[in-house]
Amino acid sequence: MRHLIAALSAILFASPAFAALPEDGAINFQPAATRIAERIHDFHLVLLWVITLITALVTVLLIWVMVRYSRAANKTPRKFSHNTTVEVIWTVVPALILVGIASLSFPNLYYLGVTPNLGQISATSKALLAEGRTAEHLAYTKNYFPDAAEKGFVNIKFQGNQWNWTYTYMDIKDDSDTAVEFVSNGIHTGRPSDKANYEAATGRTDFDSQPTNYAVDYPMVIPAGRYIRYYTAAADVIHSWTVPAFAVKTDAIPGRLNEGWFLVEEPGVYYGQCSELCGINHAFMPIEVRVVPQGQFDRWAALMKAGDFDAAAASVRQIASIASETKLASSN
Amino acid sequence: MPMDEIALDHAHAHDHKPGFFTRWFFSTNHKDIGTLYLVFALVAGIVGYSLSGLIRWELAQPGIGPLLWIQTSFFGLEGDAAITSAKHMYNVVISYHGLVMIFFMVMPALIGGFGNWFVPLMIGAPDMAFPRMNNISFWLTVAAFILACISMVVPGGLGGNGFGGGWTLYPPLSSTVGHPGQSMDLLILSLHTAGIASILGAINFIVTILNMRAPGMTMHKMPLFAWSILVTAVLLLLALPVLAGALTMLLTDRNFGSQFFVANGGGDPVMFQHLFWFFGHPEVYIMILPAFGIVSHIVSTFSRKPIFGYLGMAYAMVSIGVIGFVVWAHHMYTVGMNVDLKAYFVAATMVIAVPTGIKIFSWIATMWGGSIDFKVPMLWAIGFIFLFTVGGVTGVVLANAGIDHALHDTYYVVAHFHYVLSLGAVFGLFAGWYYWFEKMFGVKYNSFLGGVHFWLMFIGSNVLFFPQHFLGLQGMPRRYIDYNEGFSTWHYVSSIGYAITLVATLIFFFSIIEAAVRRRKATVDAHGHGNPWGEGATTLEWTLPSPPPFHQYNELPVVTGKGGH
Repeated sequence: MRHLIAALSAILFASPAFAALPEDGAINFQPAATRIAERIHDFHLVLLWVITLITALVTVLLIWVMVRYSRAANKTPRKFSHNTTVEVIWTVVPALILVGIASLSFPNLYYLGVTPNLGQISATSKALLAEGRTAEHLAYTKNYFPDAAEKGFVNIKFQGNQWNWTYTYMDIKDDSDTAVEFVSNGIHTGRPSDKANYEAATGRTDFDSQPTNYAVDYPMVIPAGRYIRYYTAAADVIHSWTVPAFAVKTDAIPGRLNEGWFLVEEPGVYYGQCSELCGINHAFMPIEVRVVPQGQFDRWAALMKAGDFDAAAASVRQIASIASETKLASSN
Repeated sequence: MPMDEIALDHAHAHDHKPGFFTRWFFSTNHKDIGTLYLVFALVAGIVGYSLSGLIRWELAQPGIGPLLWIQTSFFGLEGDAAITSAKHMYNVVISYHGLVMIFFMVMPALIGGFGNWFVPLMIGAPDMAFPRMNNISFWLTVAAFILACISMVVPGGLGGNGFGGGWTLYPPLSSTVGHPGQSMDLLILSLHTAGIASILGAINFIVTILNMRAPGMTMHKMPLFAWSILVTAVLLLLALPVLAGALTMLLTDRNFGSQFFVANGGGDPVMFQHLFWFFGHPEVYIMILPAFGIVSHIVSTFSRKPIFGYLGMAYAMVSIGVIGFVVWAHHMYTVGMNVDLKAYFVAATMVIAVPTGIKIFSWIATMWGGSIDFKVPMLWAIGFIFLFTVGGVTGVVLANAGIDHALHDTYYVVAHFHYVLSLGAVFGLFAGWYYWFEKMFGVKYNSFLGGVHFWLMFIGSNVLFFPQHFLGLQGMPRRYIDYNEGFSTWHYVSSIGYAITLVATLIFFFSIIEAAVRRRKATVDAHGHGNPWGEGATTLEWTLPSPPPFHQYNELPVVTGKGGH
């Protein structure tokens, strides 16, 4: 799916980029946008089979006993109340299934839970290539991204406030050595005046085309194909920074800095919502992440450094595809 | 054991009941207190269920609708003020829905109601060990509920009356930062009071069960419901003081300048979560274990077969209780715990699936080879087994911290815990209600109404909660008054499910009235016992008349049969 989207957006540059939103009537995850999410979705699919089969087994057994041993079908009940063999089986078999589940679970947990060591990723990748172990290198690069590792982390702090997010780009500093920092407010607050307020504040007329309860005034912007290392913090109460398509969710807690990482390969708009009850506007502090090619990100960052937040936000309204980015870069 | 092996005394010529006020307000009789608890739970259940009705009404369509209408129509608010109040009201509604259902519906009904009624009857005891403490437990629970109701209508957060920080009470939202009003202080007082009531009740049950079993009834012959209440009581006794500690720290943080959970004073909000869930996770077993006990008896009774693997069943509950104390942080995978710690909690949590699986399979094995009569209680019990299985397997999914990073605080979690509690504990509750109704009240209910109640409830609650798995997978967060159009369909379906359960619930209350009006006489079997269920019902309560005399077992029954139930 991701590749299809990538291909489509490469062909139709002017078309709106992929947007990660809930789909009405859907019964599964939103499409995965990170390797973390892919792995979790794959693991979930395995688990879904396991739990469906277990539930089906219990259901079939229940139906069987209800039919076969109803009073009509079986007048005289038997009197047994023990059977060591089956008791051992239904203790040991579930335990083995759980061991199997755990063996799949832990690698995923550690994959998402440990911020990768980029130096080690580059080194491992180079070593594998140098030794000509291309198959292993291919498998390795499914989970680790040597090109991105070479470029280092993009460090961002997400601070939850009642009821918006403050994004701080620790690596992007202006002339006075101050990190780029801005507040991202949802444009929807459940009030009828939302549209008028939006139009008055921005002078724009596209309110109705913005996804309800997801769109923000100044989105968070990250470069595609780069390792993002984030820290969450909170100013007042606990919040939780979440983007379903990334399978990322980290609580923002006063007095703590929580750390996490992700990497998004495909440019697009990804939406999330605060996921820890934080007061009256809990449902109205969305997260909008615009994943753009590095060149577009750099232009956005330059505008942010210059303090022109509106121009910066406008510069990422249209998301360039990676393919077209080279063209754009030459025309600039 | 066969009933004729039990020596009984049914001669109650002097069965004097006290006058109305003395009997129901100063009651020390375990059966009367049990009835009081059940009536109380019905009242609290109406409150909690109405609150969930507001939730489903509000969420039936995107946008802020019904709650805004309530604010404008009943509180005279307009414009943005009305919207702010509606948002706060939603948070209040979800918070008190959880608190009322847990502390004032499920626990009083299963433990206070059925526990009080049937633990002494089943173990052959004349009453509870501390009858007057029993009375205190009940009336403290009532006081706690009144405090909770008052806290709903006094100034709470920035948006209006009541506490809107969720039943989990996480600071700083529950501290003065989030809720400066008195509402939260009253709620703390309410939960303290409810906690004291439960601890006193737990002590009473433990002492009763350990000391007052009939001659010959060893622990390993004790009915499984008594086992389930024993384990529950121990869990209560160990878990509630931890909640009380956390609540007290919260109270002093709010009022006396302490900094336990205040980050800029050197405290840590996450510590509250650890304390809360050290109580909160055993709490979910406190709610479900008595239902396990009830279902075991019903399955055995209507299959006319002794329970399969009695010892395994008893010790499965014990091990669920023990493991239940070492898995709490699986509620907190996203707070920024060390990854190794998360791995531990994943492993520990999944272990619980083993004893739970033993119970599910043992119930089926009890039915296997039996002669199953599909009376109303059996329908609820079989419904319980199926629905608890569905809720249990999604618990295994959520136990995996990796997946939980995607699903934590989404509707998937809401669906999971409603399958185990709303469809598990509550189905167990209704199973017990229909199983013991005639025994408790001396009249028969209308089986047809009971059956209709079951089927509507079964269909309705599945329509209500199953689509919430889909919402959660798509990323719908919990505790949201409003949502994107992309979630509309399943929210709408879910609200329709609620409407179906509403019809079921009205039928339930109608069936109570119908039984009270018709007063169909309770069954008296060939032995002169009040036993409508036949030879499958082997526990001691079925050897008594229906309803049992005011004081039973003036001469203690002697248990001579071998083996358990």
